[in-house]
Amino acid sequence: MTEKVLMSGNGAVGEAAIQAGCRHYFGYPITPQNELTAYMAERLGELGGVFIQSESELAAINMVFGASAAGARAMTSSSSPGISLKQEGISYIAGAELPCVIVNVMRAGPGLGDITPSQADYFQAVKGGGHGDYRLITIGPASVQELYDWTARAFYLADKYRNPVMILGDGFLGQMMEPLEIRKIKELKLPPKTWALTGAKGRRANIIRTLMLKVGELEEHNKKIQNKYRRIEKELVEYEAVLTDDAEIILVAYGMCARICKESVFLLRKEGIKAGLIRPITLWPYPSAIIRKISNNVRYVLTVEMSAGQMVEDVKLAVLGRCPVYFYGRMGGGVPTSEEIVNRIKELEVQRHKGTKKKE
Amino acid sequence: MKKIFGRPRSMTDKPFHYCPGCGHGIVHRLIGEVIDELGIQDRTIGVPPVGCAVIMYHYFNIDMTEAAHGRTPAVATGIKRVHPDKVVFTYQGDGDLAAIGTGEIIHAANRGERITTIFVNNTVYGMTGGQMAPTTLLSQKTTTTPLGRDARLIGYPIKISEMLAITDGSIYIERVAVNKPANIIKAKKAIKKAFQVQLEDKGFSMVEVLSQCPVNLAMTPQKAAEWIDNTLIKTYPLGVIKDKSG
Ligand SMILES: Cc1ncc(C[n+]2csc(CCOP(=O)(O)OP(=O)(O)O)c2C)c(N)n1
Ligand code: SF4
Repeated sequence: MTEKVLMSGNGAVGEAAIQAGCRHYFGYPITPQNELTAYMAERLGELGGVFIQSESELAAINMVFGASAAGARAMTSSSSPGISLKQEGISYIAGAELPCVIVNVMRAGPGLGDITPSQADYFQAVKGGGHGDYRLITIGPASVQELYDWTARAFYLADKYRNPVMILGDGFLGQMMEPLEIRKIKELKLPPKTWALTGAKGRRANIIRTLMLKVGELEEHNKKIQNKYRRIEKELVEYEAVLTDDAEIILVAYGMCARICKESVFLLRKEGIKAGLIRPITLWPYPSAIIRKISNNVRYVLTVEMSAGQMVEDVKLAVLGRCPVYFYGRMGGGVPTSEEIVNRIKELEVQRHKGTKKKE
Repeated sequence: MKKIFGRPRSMTDKPFHYCPGCGHGIVHRLIGEVIDELGIQDRTIGVPPVGCAVIMYHYFNIDMTEAAHGRTPAVATGIKRVHPDKVVFTYQGDGDLAAIGTGEIIHAANRGERITTIFVNNTVYGMTGGQMAPTTLLSQKTTTTPLGRDARLIGYPIKISEMLAITDGSIYIERVAVNKPANIIKAKKAIKKAFQVQLEDKGFSMVEVLSQCPVNLAMTPQKAAEWIDNTLIKTYPLGVIKDKSG
């Protein structure tokens, strides 16, 4: 039986974590994710779990490190400036192959910026952010329901791959209310965490470390985690395709931006322009293969983001020159409208029309 | 034949990597003896620092995890909150605890986190080659205070134990030294007491250990030990700083 409620995106993330068995949350307040911190405080209080409002984001992520090393499902959440502070800990967690879930409800920067929604932390999320060669499994949900479903799944994926998973939302998604089905969470069986720190009773001591001083040891470790990343790339890519079968123009966007683009696709179709949308759901691993395949059959691709253009680099890498890749973005809290996107396409149509004429 | 002295069971037989005359090895051994005497080897979890003791986990038969420089108390907090029935301790140098990790240690103490911290104060950054620490004495020469520490430029030696003692969450704090046998015996008593405070679930406990780093003090091991008696304890007096365990 499923329960249907009206909930904010931030609340949905919190409830999903609880349903997934997360009983340890460590965080520090920052808008626009404060509802999530408050939700965890309340629910974990009811359930006798552990909620700590830490003294800083540095401390919060390192508490997550400790709780995860001790074998628990642990979570932290923040927004852009706070996530910057967590990068040190994230690199250590990735290096030590500890599972955890990190939520970034992005706001506009750089610097203190403001509290309006943004997608300008894409590079930081999918390309590293902290030091060293590592990857976060990064998810870009586009609705309150998806925030719930993917947060729940994130704990499973984190344990399965022993890797941190980031839920990459934005202030819009975090604070808006939508109907939500609280679904029972089904998981495949996972192996026991024999590596966890529980006290060396009846076994050899467990050591968790990222310092590897023996010649070659660290390179081997890096190879091992890179092999894991290749496996994740094979097993985990997810995306949504909208009206792509006969499309001549493809929009690529994720999260809230993709919802706006979907509307643009319908508006364009009404005007006889055959547009379609690819919405990456996993931002790392990235759905490069489908974008590559589609780029053989379309005239061009338009990437839309709430940033100066970050994911567009991954789109270009996927397309590899098979067709032109254009970009439309708003920054600093600006949110593109479906009309703006339609107009951008129309502009491109005119430009391209002129271009072909000139050549003739 | 009766064996009257040996290696603690909670320790491995790996030889220490520390320089001759270094205090870290002595402090390690005291921790090992205390773990044995309290019978808690199979339920103790340690968090070593970044610093000369970074690979301390090689020397103990207990579960341990590394932490980022200074974040040790936050990592220990996460572990203890998952396993309230286990004994969790951190081991930190003065760079780790009194500089980069000041925030983490003050708040762990103030939360009354049921962990025990062993704070090794040798007044310098040992591992990175003898730079100034917040605990470096006035006029003390280091690679980054080549003319001696000048208070007008870089402030005063920081008294962490006294600072932490004013937090209500801290229960037991003592400053000891490992420069001579009489002090080493007292140091062990203090470490044992600090673990007991945790076992009794009372709050945060810490032992500050004045320790010798002959290499970076540019002294012979013997001179470094004497320097603690003649000079260091004038700034950092030994003894119980706070005890609310009774
Ligand atoms: C974030 C970060 N900054 C700097 C360093 C370099 N570093 C390693 S050990 C150390 C100082 C250690 O000094 P202390 O804590 O006094 O321990 P000791 O080596 O004297 O035992 C520093 C600065 C690091 N590892 N990480
Ligand atoms: S540098 Fe100093 S603290 Fe480090 S091992 Fe040598 S003597 Fe000990």
